[in-house]
Amino acid sequence: MRWSSYPSSHEAPPVVRREPRSRIAGFLFIAGLVLVSSFLLSAAPPKRLSVYSVAANYSLPVMQRANHDYVALLELLDPLGRVNAKLDGRRWRIRCNNVEGEFIAGQNRARIQGRATDLSSNFLIENGRGLVPVASLSSLLPRFLGGPVTLHEDSGRLFIGSVATHFTASLAAGTPPRLVFNFSSPVSPSVSTEPGKLHITFTREPVVAPASSTLTFGSNIISSATYSESNGLAEITVNTTAPLTPSFGNNGRTLTLTPASAASQASSPTPSSPPSAAARPAANSAANSAANSPGNSPPSALAPSSYPSAPRRYFAVVDPSHGGDDRGEALSSTLLEKDVTLALARRLRQELENRGISTLMLRDSDANLSSDQRAVLANTNHPAIYIALHVASGGHGVRLYTALLPYGSGDNGLFRSWSNAQSSFLAVSQGAAASISAELQKQQASVRIVAAALRPLNNVTAAAVAIEVAPAGSDLAQLTSPDYQQLIASAVATAIAATRDKLGATP
Amino acid sequence: MIPRHLVIAVAVLLMIVLGMAVYAWQMRGRAAVPVATSDARPLAPPSAGPTEQLTLFVAYDDPGILRAQSARIPLPAGRQQRAEELLRALLALYLEKSSPHAIGVGADVRSVYLVDPGLAVIDLNAAFADTHRSGVLVEELTVASLIHTLSANIPGILKVKILVDGKERDSLAGHADLSDFYDVSAVNQLAIELSAP
Repeated sequence: MRWSSYPSSHEAPPVVRREPRSRIAGFLFIAGLVLVSSFLLSAAPPKRLSVYSVAANYSLPVMQRANHDYVALLELLDPLGRVNAKLDGRRWRIRCNNVEGEFIAGQNRARIQGRATDLSSNFLIENGRGLVPVASLSSLLPRFLGGPVTLHEDSGRLFIGSVATHFTASLAAGTPPRLVFNFSSPVSPSVSTEPGKLHITFTREPVVAPASSTLTFGSNIISSATYSESNGLAEITVNTTAPLTPSFGNNGRTLTLTPASAASQASSPTPSSPPSAAARPAANSAANSAANSPGNSPPSALAPSSYPSAPRRYFAVVDPSHGGDDRGEALSSTLLEKDVTLALARRLRQELENRGISTLMLRDSDANLSSDQRAVLANTNHPAIYIALHVASGGHGVRLYTALLPYGSGDNGLFRSWSNAQSSFLAVSQGAAASISAELQKQQASVRIVAAALRPLNNVTAAAVAIEVAPAGSDLAQLTSPDYQQLIASAVATAIAATRDKLGATP
Repeated sequence: MIPRHLVIAVAVLLMIVLGMAVYAWQMRGRAAVPVATSDARPLAPPSAGPTEQLTLFVAYDDPGILRAQSARIPLPAGRQQRAEELLRALLALYLEKSSPHAIGVGADVRSVYLVDPGLAVIDLNAAFADTHRSGVLVEELTVASLIHTLSANIPGILKVKILVDGKERDSLAGHADLSDFYDVSAVNQLAIELSAP
């Protein structure tokens, strides 16, 4: 009893009571951390307003204040003419091409050329910058610029004047059918893929919606395309069951999406027509659209010797390396490798086609392709030869590379890893490199052949050679010289034409 | 009233905590003295101790070749530490003013891990890759020089994986593939090709 009565006033010590509290506090702290971090991770990208005009296409950050979207008026008008602004207490005056405007902080009425204009919400001044509501731009800007302005408020796109680029899409007859986009102005979109879809994203071009935002084509391979706009971008999403190869023409006014021939076959695989090795590399590649279709390819490559005689649509695939965000080497402050490889590739295509060699260029614009996508696009077209082009400021002359593969990677049965897909073609690749080297030497060019761990050479299931062009002397300007590029393109095309029979007989 | 034994226990715990804090503070001060943390240069091989005759395969940009070059370097006894010091000796050549194959300031080998059977993992620091010049040949010379030097001096290496800052990277500077393992036999063959201009 004593034991039970004595501690009665002393038991339930604070420690015992605090333990659940500290646990709760700890739990709340961790939960708070999780909430904050998940909020930060899931934060939407910053909003932007894209502005399209005859003078310039640009984009500005959009700031949200009191549930309204705002932009800085000075920054918006600056690329469009002579602009200056002055802050005088709460009054903010701006002058744009002799048109004067006066705004007062905290008021939703402004005066432009002496005439009152209502704003959809109050004018704000932050750090000396005048912020106007985005919703009021369609009424404010015509007063400053004296012309029509079209605002797509929901998607953050502002068109000043008649600058919109319209497009049509149609399915060209053929087997398989090609989807052809015709644009009213040259475009240079970025193209990306995900399983079953191809996205064409326009960041700088004032592309606007067609009459209907969804276009249907009635094809099993390319079923439909949808147009959408958001956060300053326009996007066309093409729904497809096969990997599509984009190519530009008509000075950037035409974009043709060609289904890979193998993909159409792979949609109904039979023991006698196994899927191609190209139809299964890593995520995000164009091949995944084929790889994810029902009953499609296994996660390893088929040995080339077991290939069916797939139709060869192009004899040569020319790959101007780099592109988009991948600039390659900065050859000088103004010259990027990705631009020189593209120019060189165009010359090489012309030279090959002059010799009757059908040629596919993997990019004919500033498009960004991963090395897996390049290999997939090459493999699905079953070319006789794949040629990757690189340009370097270091060293002299031309370097020719074939794939650097592990020893003993040649005979592993029917299936082979993606990283060694080239192994059965290595001898043909080395033969092609030797032929190109001989032709370049005839032109007095300094040439060297070495192996290189240079993707996607090891993933290509055809003869594959990479060409790295350095200046013949010490003058970097030679890299862009039409004569130098022509000499190399012509020699390479001549060598390929001379070995056409050998290359064409590869498995 | 708080029981006496609880008071004593709390007092003892507090003294232990205070004692640990004082000890940790002293350790912290001692540890901070000899390390110059702002010095980003790679560590030089140990200057004392017996030296060993080694062969470094040094890249030369001008003709674009690899050249075998003898060097006497003091090396530690451990196989892994030897591998690290060996590569640091090679990088020290590339960081010299008259370097035949310049690499960026601050470029270093963080660690080399030797994993049996026959795998070496070279972990380069971010400055190595971020400041490396871009180009197929210039990147290939670097990779071949590192791997061939390592495999020629540390027996038993069959495959090499190159990481940057402990992470996988697609390429060194846009060209040389770092996503896969390098087969040492193939690189040795490549080194022979690269030794002739």
